[in-house]
Amino acid sequence: MTDPYIAITIIWAFLFVYAIAGSIDFGAGFWAMYYTRKENTEASVIANRYLSPSWEVTNVFLVLLVVALVGFFPGAASYLGTLMILPFSFVLILLTIRGTFMVYAYSSKKYSRMLTIISGTTGLFIPALLVATLPIAIGGFVSIGEGRDYLLFNEIFASPTLYTHIGFGLSTELFLASLLLSDYSREAQNEKTYLVYRKNALWLGPVTLLFAVAATFTLLPEAGWMVENMMNVWYLFAFSLLAFIIGYAALFIPSGKENPGRPRLSVIFIVIQFGLASLGYGFSHMPYILYPDLTIQDAFTDPTMFRWLLVGYGVGLAILVPAFVVFWRLFMKDKRYLQAEK
Amino acid sequence: MDEVLLARMLFGSSMAFHIIFATLGVGITLMILVAEITRAIKKDDHYGVMAKRWTKGFAVLLGVAIPSGTIVGVMLSLLWPGYMAIVGRVIALPFQVEIFAFFLEAVFMSIYVYAADRLSNSMRIVSVALVALGATASAVLITDAHAWMNTPRGFDVVNGEIMNVRPWEAVFNPSVYVTVLHVVSTAYMAGAFVIASIAAFKLMKNKLSDSERAYHRKGLTISLIIGAVMSLYTAVNGHDTAKMLYEYLPVKLAAAEGLFETQDNAPLAIFGIPDPERGEVVGGIEIPGMLSWLASGSTDGVVQGLNDFPEEYWPPLFVHTLFNIMVGIGFSLLGLSFGALFYRFVFPRKALPKWILAVLVTSGPLAMLGIETGWIFSCTGRQPWTIYGVQLTSEAATNSGNLGFLFALFITLYVTLLVLTSLVLKFYFGRNPVSKELENMNV
Ligand code: HDD
Ligand code: HEM
Ligand code: HEM
Repeated sequence: MTDPYIAITIIWAFLFVYAIAGSIDFGAGFWAMYYTRKENTEASVIANRYLSPSWEVTNVFLVLLVVALVGFFPGAASYLGTLMILPFSFVLILLTIRGTFMVYAYSSKKYSRMLTIISGTTGLFIPALLVATLPIAIGGFVSIGEGRDYLLFNEIFASPTLYTHIGFGLSTELFLASLLLSDYSREAQNEKTYLVYRKNALWLGPVTLLFAVAATFTLLPEAGWMVENMMNVWYLFAFSLLAFIIGYAALFIPSGKENPGRPRLSVIFIVIQFGLASLGYGFSHMPYILYPDLTIQDAFTDPTMFRWLLVGYGVGLAILVPAFVVFWRLFMKDKRYLQAEK
Repeated sequence: MDEVLLARMLFGSSMAFHIIFATLGVGITLMILVAEITRAIKKDDHYGVMAKRWTKGFAVLLGVAIPSGTIVGVMLSLLWPGYMAIVGRVIALPFQVEIFAFFLEAVFMSIYVYAADRLSNSMRIVSVALVALGATASAVLITDAHAWMNTPRGFDVVNGEIMNVRPWEAVFNPSVYVTVLHVVSTAYMAGAFVIASIAAFKLMKNKLSDSERAYHRKGLTISLIIGAVMSLYTAVNGHDTAKMLYEYLPVKLAAAEGLFETQDNAPLAIFGIPDPERGEVVGGIEIPGMLSWLASGSTDGVVQGLNDFPEEYWPPLFVHTLFNIMVGIGFSLLGLSFGALFYRFVFPRKALPKWILAVLVTSGPLAMLGIETGWIFSCTGRQPWTIYGVQLTSEAATNSGNLGFLFALFITLYVTLLVLTSLVLKFYFGRNPVSKELENMNV
């Protein structure tokens, strides 16, 4: 593998982690909003309790992604930065409102009602905006040169692939969040809430699959080159489908508890499914970052810098992994936290 | 309006917003650490209450620091794509390592805040220490990138291309040490004086129980001690920072001082307005020979003036005022903190007189003003360069348009958040007064 390919693989890994963590984070925000209005307030409480300690860490992953892109592919960072200034600015504003209200609500109950609404609605808008950048990067909806670089908004909004991508992004987000929250409620020994989230996962799973297929088909007229590449790595998508089936089926396996299903197993397989599918998508994207103007070779950083960045990530991870283990133990495992009354 | 100017305004105001929360994030974590350690040594639970309350305030500030930092971090690529294209090749390392500092801070902050009841005393001190370390490290690392913009090193420009990149030479560029130390010490100053302000404000009230009075006195004393030490250090190190400008960025020093003619025995001009027509500072106080002496260590030292440089490379001349405000604040806070501490230790039984308290109330806002003017001076004083001598701001800026609209949007966001954050803090501390916590402590 050449250096640019190693670098893009690392970017893919960060993107993958952020996509998962972000989906769960934003999805939990949505579910917390959805269930405050219903009788089922416990479902909302569980979603909120998961959210409180996790959003900061999720946010750092977003920054990590941006910084990694600047370091490994400075050409791409400046190119994307110029073109995507509007969508990214909106994401920044929404993220800021969401993040600050998270803290306001923690300090004063007065804000908790408003927070639930804000984190619920931004929980849908932010992922939708982020996912919308995907079809832009492959469809050539951009105008470059003549002193100004910009997006061709009219053509983007007229293209069905934008909407199938957004639908796919949102259903994935809610599906993943439901799965994780069902696991989290099981861990907290709250079977009633477990059932609520399991039910959501049951109908969202097939919806996600449908959107995935639709997104691929609507891609054909916009980016035939990419669909051709996808055919070459068909086995990744086939394995991904297999993982989906296993993960979905795990929701029906007897568990020895009151209710059927093994959410932990299900989460693991769906994450694998997502990983395989996004790997396939990533491979098919190569060698372009932005079709047809920018390839990973054009955008690559200086080779010396590349080597030192690798060293930096190695050392940093060696220090951070232990810190994460402590974090995980305190919040995801400790019964005193999971079952706390408030 | 000119797009480059709009980009500068948008970025500058975003930084000015972020820096309020970021600086306090660095400064207040140090104060929390000091309170936790003092509690462990003195076995006095007042310090425990302090640590807890400051952490409450800090958690809110951090909640704004993180998203606003995310904004400026992403905005660098959105507004200054040309600059980031060079940063990615030459000085990406501090940006990258900074992420790990953020992780460290965020993770241990969650642990300290959400799991405090499950931690032993020493584990609590270790977690705050790691939070403080993470916060300070983020300041150090980002300042490294800033110092590099003043004294860029670690690459060659061959035919307009960046070649022969030497990342470590970029990291250890000549101005990094003085600049980093200056930024960290002033952040600690700001944290300490903001807390001193609040304590002094509370002590001015007439109706205070004995235990509340004792509590606020202790808070005032430790914040003044930290504030005094950091001010003293800042003055010494600020002098070194000016010498760094003398050596590496003479045009910035000339603009800071409003010096037009290259000369030995150069005077130090305090306040006044530099007038390019007359080639001198109008309406200020001049101390003959002082600038030469400060910059080079002798009144014979020759200091370069603005006229040595083509006018298109002059920074805006109002930076002279920003510089004066920063330095003026530095010396005022130095005098103020030492004066108040002197009174406190010479008359240990007497309360500080009201007028001293009233002056102390201004110390926090002054320190923040020092931070803002200092940064704006430093960034604007570098104009028209973004990377000194290598890249002009106009070459760094985006060409995508729409900036006026975005500027309005972001300014609205910042104003709203400033108001809301103040309200949240006010409500929180209003509904949970320290008197309540002190009572709970005794039972
Ligand atoms: C509480 C805030 C504060 C105070 C009291 C001072 N400074 Fe400062 N100063 C800063 C806060 C600051 C800063 C915000 O941290 C800056 C902006 C950029 C930087 O590196 O630090 C800065 C920059 C800065 C620079 C420009 C460095 C550059 O452009 O790279 C100089 C020459 C000084 N300072 C000198 C001084 C002197 C002689 C002071 C007298 C006591 C002083 N500062 C007090
Ligand atoms: C000297 C000035 C600055 C100081 C002292 C400072 C300090 C801080 C601190 C203490 C935080 C919170 C850390 C945390 O996440 O736990 C923070 C957040 C952040 N800062 Fe700044 N910062 C400064 C300037 C900048 C600049 C110029 C950038 C842009 C490159 C930046 C980017 C960020 C980012 C991206 C975050 C959010 C990180 C996260 O998601 O946790 N900062 N900063
Ligand atoms: C944290 C406090 C800071 C404040 C208040 C601040 C303020 C400003 C202002 C007012 C400008 C516009 C200057 C002008 O055009 O006149 C600016 C530009 C800029 N600053 Fe800073 N700055 C800060 C820190 C930093 C740091 C730490 C970095 C480096 C990582 C940085 C990088 C830049 C860049 C790249 C520009 C745009 C290019 C330019 O105008 O030269 N800033 N900043």
